[in-house]
Amino acid sequence: MSYLYNTPDDQAAMLTSIGVDSIEELFGTIPEDLRLKRDLNLPPQMGELELTQHLSALAAKNASPATHACFLGGGSYDHFVPAAVDALASRGEFYTSYTPYQPEVSQGNLQAMFEYQTLICDLTGMDLSNASLYDGGSALAEAVIMALNTGKRGEKVVVLGSVHPEYRQILQTYFIDLGIEIIEVACPDGIADLAQVEASIDASTNCVVVQSPNFFGGVEDVAAIAEIAHKSDAVVIQSFDPISLGLLKRPGDLGADIAVAEGHSLGSPMQYGGPYLGIMACNDQFVRRLPGRIVGQTEDRRGKRCWVLTLQTREQHIRREKATSNICTNQGLFALRASIYLSLLGPGGLKQAATLCTQKAHYAQQKLTEVDRLETVFGGSPFFKEFVLRDTQGNVDGLLAEAREAGFLGGVPLGQFFPEMEDCFLVCVTEKRTKTEIDALTRTFSLCHTGGSTIHA
Amino acid sequence: MRNQQATQLLSELSHPGRVAMHWPACDVPEQPLEDLLPANFLADETPRLPELTEGEVVRHYTNLSTKNMSVDTHYYPLGSCTMKYNPKRNERLASLPGIVDLHPYQDESTIQGMLQLLYELQGIFSEISGLPACSLQPAAGAHGELTALMAAAKYFKSIGEERKVVLAPDSSHGTNPASAQMAGFKAISIKSDPNGGVDMDDFRKKLTDDIAVLMITNPSTLGLFEKNMREIADAVHEKGGLVYLDGANMNAILGIARPGDFGADMMHYNPHKTFSGPHGGGGPGAGPICVTEKLKPFLPSPIVEKEGDRYTLDFNRPESIGRVRSFFGNTGVLVRAYCYILSHGPQGLREISENAVLNANYLLSKVKHFLPVPRGERCMHEFVASAADLKKERGITAMDIGKRLLDYGFHAPTVYFPLTIPEAIMVEPTETESKETLDAFVQTLFKITEEDAELLHEAPHTTPISRPNEVQAARSPCLRADFCGS
Repeated sequence: MSYLYNTPDDQAAMLTSIGVDSIEELFGTIPEDLRLKRDLNLPPQMGELELTQHLSALAAKNASPATHACFLGGGSYDHFVPAAVDALASRGEFYTSYTPYQPEVSQGNLQAMFEYQTLICDLTGMDLSNASLYDGGSALAEAVIMALNTGKRGEKVVVLGSVHPEYRQILQTYFIDLGIEIIEVACPDGIADLAQVEASIDASTNCVVVQSPNFFGGVEDVAAIAEIAHKSDAVVIQSFDPISLGLLKRPGDLGADIAVAEGHSLGSPMQYGGPYLGIMACNDQFVRRLPGRIVGQTEDRRGKRCWVLTLQTREQHIRREKATSNICTNQGLFALRASIYLSLLGPGGLKQAATLCTQKAHYAQQKLTEVDRLETVFGGSPFFKEFVLRDTQGNVDGLLAEAREAGFLGGVPLGQFFPEMEDCFLVCVTEKRTKTEIDALTRTFSLCHTGGSTIHA
Repeated sequence: MRNQQATQLLSELSHPGRVAMHWPACDVPEQPLEDLLPANFLADETPRLPELTEGEVVRHYTNLSTKNMSVDTHYYPLGSCTMKYNPKRNERLASLPGIVDLHPYQDESTIQGMLQLLYELQGIFSEISGLPACSLQPAAGAHGELTALMAAAKYFKSIGEERKVVLAPDSSHGTNPASAQMAGFKAISIKSDPNGGVDMDDFRKKLTDDIAVLMITNPSTLGLFEKNMREIADAVHEKGGLVYLDGANMNAILGIARPGDFGADMMHYNPHKTFSGPHGGGGPGAGPICVTEKLKPFLPSPIVEKEGDRYTLDFNRPESIGRVRSFFGNTGVLVRAYCYILSHGPQGLREISENAVLNANYLLSKVKHFLPVPRGERCMHEFVASAADLKKERGITAMDIGKRLLDYGFHAPTVYFPLTIPEAIMVEPTETESKETLDAFVQTLFKITEEDAELLHEAPHTTPISRPNEVQAARSPCLRADFCGS
């Protein structure tokens, strides 16, 4: 075996030292009737070459950027990852290191996490950040737990219908059987109706959950929603798109009390949905309730500036069932990637990335709605990098299948999330998409079912 | 030689006007931003991020990396955390085009290779656990615990039973009671007996009719196989309860014993332990769970199914607890686990456990002569020594020993866990270490126990920092750069 060191001679010497005759004897404490009496029924061992060929063959069965231009969004985005992010995060000293419980030999990770917290605070305009959570969806659920545990009187959670449907499903899973009432506010125009938001909030409302830019790409009037919520003393939780903050006002400036995000866009690949990066930042009032790991600055015994994991008395390994959450990990490596990404982009680079997304998405929306069978659904609402189209012929699956044939992942069908949107799909345009690709997708859609030949990107 | 200059923060390195990233010019006709987005939504200024060149960023993070211990550079005899070698091939294979760049909403027809991999992995995890159904969705071990407990709650609801109690031994991971509480149960702890197993008297006393789940780590946190496992599981099942196995220590029993065969109804894996996913300085891991057939309907959606030669995602699962995470799960970590398992095959997996257990017992046989191991002559993949005598006689604590080991280039073992052993030093060698390394570790450990107590209290002496003031960090938290000193 490639990774095992013990030769038969080593094994013999070790067994002698232990004072037993065989390795089998070491398993003597497992009662005989609880043991497996056969080999596991698993595929045979593969050497590195065979394994590489096997994985390459599996990879070849998938559509990838080599074969298809990706216009898919909905919470996972095909943003560009600079080479330096991969090169630095691939250093074994980062990715093969352990949780920094021994600060003396983990200053690299601890400083990187502290800098991540700083960058996230600056990015969001919030007071505090933890050192990351699992992903955007579970971070949102943790934000609601934090709001519910902060001594507010109510147990009602108001969630806008424009929040990512999977994030709302996670909230249902986490809370529905615990007696927490979740009120969903419909967003018929793809964006919150302020009167309806106001009507849904009362004295028993604990928190209001808004996503902006929302699942449909629309930019919500978070400041107005926050004002309404705060009138009833409800906590405002905003889920945001980190790239959008190159252009849009920050959650902290809009009145959010807790800001959460899916952070994979900051320098991590899509990798079929994970691992991702759950960003969570909040106001000072939550400092002793913030879930997950937190790094703080201090001094060592010689007076040298350094960093340690801190406020651990909130955590499960000390508080057990009284902990603020059961989370025992963070996404350290992906927080690191986000920090490297933000350091490379700087303020100007982030603004440019956000601007490219917006310009290209708006160009794409304009071009694609010139196609006869396509129309915009929420035409009047402001959007960032995603928008919804309706196929007036009602054949979204057919349309997107033809686009795939032509080399495009053309959009996310929305019927899977909203039965009433069976004829709609969500199109996302990141800074990576070119005018050539957008124009070619437009031509492909115009030629669908017209008998013309499809055009390859 | 370590770069001693490299102590600055990004914000201190920043110089206005420095740029690392040049984006292409906009290739579509540009419109004024105010025409695209309402002016009152636009930020007045961009977030205050550092301004650096690429070279500065590279040097900063490279220098930071040299301040970490890691499996690639050091030996980590870290109990309960299974810090084994992280094969390079797995990193390359998980980064292949067509694996790393897939969008989670791609049409099934365009991800047949990925779905095949995940489907096979579900089957592999089921086979190793002896539990036929599998969900790959949970994002970490503790997340797997929570998910399985939610599934258990839904199961009891489906049969019209109200069960509120989760039992967990006092030596269990803190996540166990925390997860139970989050899933809406009341967590009650059971005592450990003098041998580190479940105290059967206490267990029987607390085994009430409203028990929902018993959570058990087997092999235990003391590195022992629970000898009363069958009796415990039978007793829980007789009361109509379920047994949850915390799979943190699966590295000890791969191919040797299966939780499903010894009484578990549900379990999670830690692929970053058992199947060599790197720890990443704290994450990501993953927390796939396996359960019995009767609990399968309650698992989160989607699950990968096979119809003919086509792989599909099954979302049509009306009794499912729903979602616990967006998209499919921590696929990148799962791909590494898949590669590790295929690199070994069935015999190889068994050899992993055999060598992990051999290495642990070898270390135990050497260490016990100068640091008592209170619970047993034999262990599974790890054991817990105690520095209680040293503390009494010479004032040397488990922490002192751990810190001094850092000076000699060894990561500290897990100390002060489990809480049931005074001055606990928990050692787990793993299968991917050589006899030479183990011998060097034992010699160093022995040498430390002979060293001057004062020297140990101030250790480590050679690391970038030593004994940070953690009380100050917690009392007046400074959690971001510009806060400090204010």
